[in-house]
Amino acid sequence: MSEEEKRIRVVIDGNAVEVPATSRDPVTGKPVPTTMIQACKAAGVKVPHYCYHRDLPVAGNCRMCLVEFGTPALGPDRKPIIETDGTPRINRSPRPVIACATPVSPGMEIYTDTPKVRKMRREVLEFLLINHPLDCPICDQAGECKLQEYSVEYGDANSRFVENKEHKPKQVELGPRIILDDERCILCTRCIRFTRDIVGDDALGIINRGGRSTLTNYPGRPFDNNYTLNTVDICPVGAHTSKDFRSRMRVWFLKETPSICAGCGTGCNMIIGSRENKIYRFTPRRNDAVNKSWMCDYGRLNFKWIESKERLNRVVVRDGRGREEISDWASALGSLVARLKTLPHGVSGVIGSAGLSVEELFLLKMLSNWLGGVTDSVPNIGEEDNLLVSADKNPNSKGAELTGVAAKPMGSEIKHMAGRIKDGTLKALFVFGEDVTEHGIVPELLDKLELLVVADVLPNSTSNAAHYLFPGAAYVEKKGTFLNVRGRAQRFFKAVEPPGSAHAEFELLVELLRLLRITVDNNTVEGVFERFISELDESSDLTWDGLGDDGVDMTGRTDAGGSG
Amino acid sequence: MRIERKELNWWEKPYIPAVVYGFLVTVRRFFSRKVTMQYPEERWVVPEGFRGAPYLVRDQEGRIKCVACQLCEFVCPPKAITVTPPGPEADPEAGNVEKCPRDFHIDMLRCIYCGLCQEVCPEEAIFLMKDNTLCGYNREEMDYDMGRLLDLGGVREDKIRKWKNK
Repeated sequence: MSEEEKRIRVVIDGNAVEVPATSRDPVTGKPVPTTMIQACKAAGVKVPHYCYHRDLPVAGNCRMCLVEFGTPALGPDRKPIIETDGTPRINRSPRPVIACATPVSPGMEIYTDTPKVRKMRREVLEFLLINHPLDCPICDQAGECKLQEYSVEYGDANSRFVENKEHKPKQVELGPRIILDDERCILCTRCIRFTRDIVGDDALGIINRGGRSTLTNYPGRPFDNNYTLNTVDICPVGAHTSKDFRSRMRVWFLKETPSICAGCGTGCNMIIGSRENKIYRFTPRRNDAVNKSWMCDYGRLNFKWIESKERLNRVVVRDGRGREEISDWASALGSLVARLKTLPHGVSGVIGSAGLSVEELFLLKMLSNWLGGVTDSVPNIGEEDNLLVSADKNPNSKGAELTGVAAKPMGSEIKHMAGRIKDGTLKALFVFGEDVTEHGIVPELLDKLELLVVADVLPNSTSNAAHYLFPGAAYVEKKGTFLNVRGRAQRFFKAVEPPGSAHAEFELLVELLRLLRITVDNNTVEGVFERFISELDESSDLTWDGLGDDGVDMTGRTDAGGSG
Repeated sequence: MRIERKELNWWEKPYIPAVVYGFLVTVRRFFSRKVTMQYPEERWVVPEGFRGAPYLVRDQEGRIKCVACQLCEFVCPPKAITVTPPGPEADPEAGNVEKCPRDFHIDMLRCIYCGLCQEVCPEEAIFLMKDNTLCGYNREEMDYDMGRLLDLGGVREDKIRKWKNK
């Protein structure tokens, strides 16, 4: 039996559980002994803690996770002594230990709910609150604050502290996106460990001693790496606040919608916090296979464009000779379908953005097959880093490849399309979510087209030239699936309504296919996804619900992960 | 249950004695102490603890006491209260160092005068005052904004003065 498979039996609050003898260190990945807090989690017992975080190195400074324990008493033969009733005799430790840093041993008993443990928690909280400003009404963390939660659960209602509180700096600008309130800080050092060990930017530290200990950044060196906003999430109190979200909305009002970040191909899992059709923040959603507990600052703040006043929100029909009218979906689709039916086979091209969902790209491919056209997507390559950011800036490149919309390699077909428009053999072009004028099909070429159908979210040179312009929805305004660079299919859901008469491109495509009498067996997002899966691999039993919260790795099921 | 109608006797049958008796009651009231109020010129003085319209108050130094914690908005059963938080930039002129509402609306047509906003307020910034029978010519007029609520609320002596030494 290898070291990793060895299991240890421990008893937690009277319930026996088996836990692995070792677990992986969150930073180095090497096997380290399983700690009491991990064993308690496996047993479903919550141990309150501040400084411990499962994706950070252990510091053991908050003392909130103190528990009592006992180990089996050994006889002279080094075997556990068995009492007359058959249970092993337990030697209870005279002193408590911190559950986050103490390894478990075979036969160990852990007690997390004794009067002594509760008293220790109450006293630790009393110390933590000595210099705490108790400004919950103006604190952004209120509602998701561990100090609040544990105070309610274990703390004392009355303060015995009659001395003057220590005052520390408030509203310190740590960096361009973070404001620090040192009075609220409980010195757990989670932020220090995160930025030092996970990001590799050793920018934060604690200066001074005792009650005057103050968290600060190195003088003259702003805390400005691309992951600073994660410290706001992992801060168990309201010391780190996001400059963007600060004082904007209380967290208990926010509706939480599970989603996927569309900032790059990594596809970090996230939660959209919205209220009354307005997005307030993105926060990372834990997924060990993709982003652990983290998310980059760029992705997290990448929602301002969704609320842009520029957003396309009306159906526009242009006749190509300068006349332009605001139309509605029914009549615009009706006249478009009439035009499409007169169109000869094989004179159309489809450019579908790799920012569309898998389902939309699949329907787009069906439409293109009916038209007998060529399809492609636009590659978008940028910089990558060693933590989360991927070089592929499209959230769904793998989806575009698997549905067959993207040419091989992606973007190689666009040049041919431009040439065919020039010599007049390509008469109709469908552009979904891209500005093709920046990718080789210049506006003069677009003017040569007989039919240009565009669905997009923000106006650009392509949408300005469209004969049929349908306002689309951003990914937070619709439901669907993205395949990330490593071929993992992940679901995202609708958080807010699209503006004006904009609709998800999925709805546009379903309606268009219905009017063209192209059969889509089940024209829901779920149905289209399952049809996509069955066309990839007939034996696959993967369903929409089967994707779950964490998504499913499609590598191995298909050739999705072949190149990535 | 059936109730037998009482048979009137010869004295009751012409109704004249009843009319005279009724008139005597009226005449007696005419000379006694008047109890009718000349509403709306004359108003009832409400007792202490009366739950009238909720208004915002300032402290003795003229600072807005509300810190936009939005607990009243959360607790309000008919959703009459709408608070606009300030966002990251605090207004230095408001006198509140860190946070005060950018706007605060109470739809008085929705308010049910339950007093939960006053009860939940951690800053003692909103009070149900004695004003009752609010009226207006249209719905917009009955949606009180922050300036109006503060003017109507006036000043409350504040012992703590949260922002004084910040």
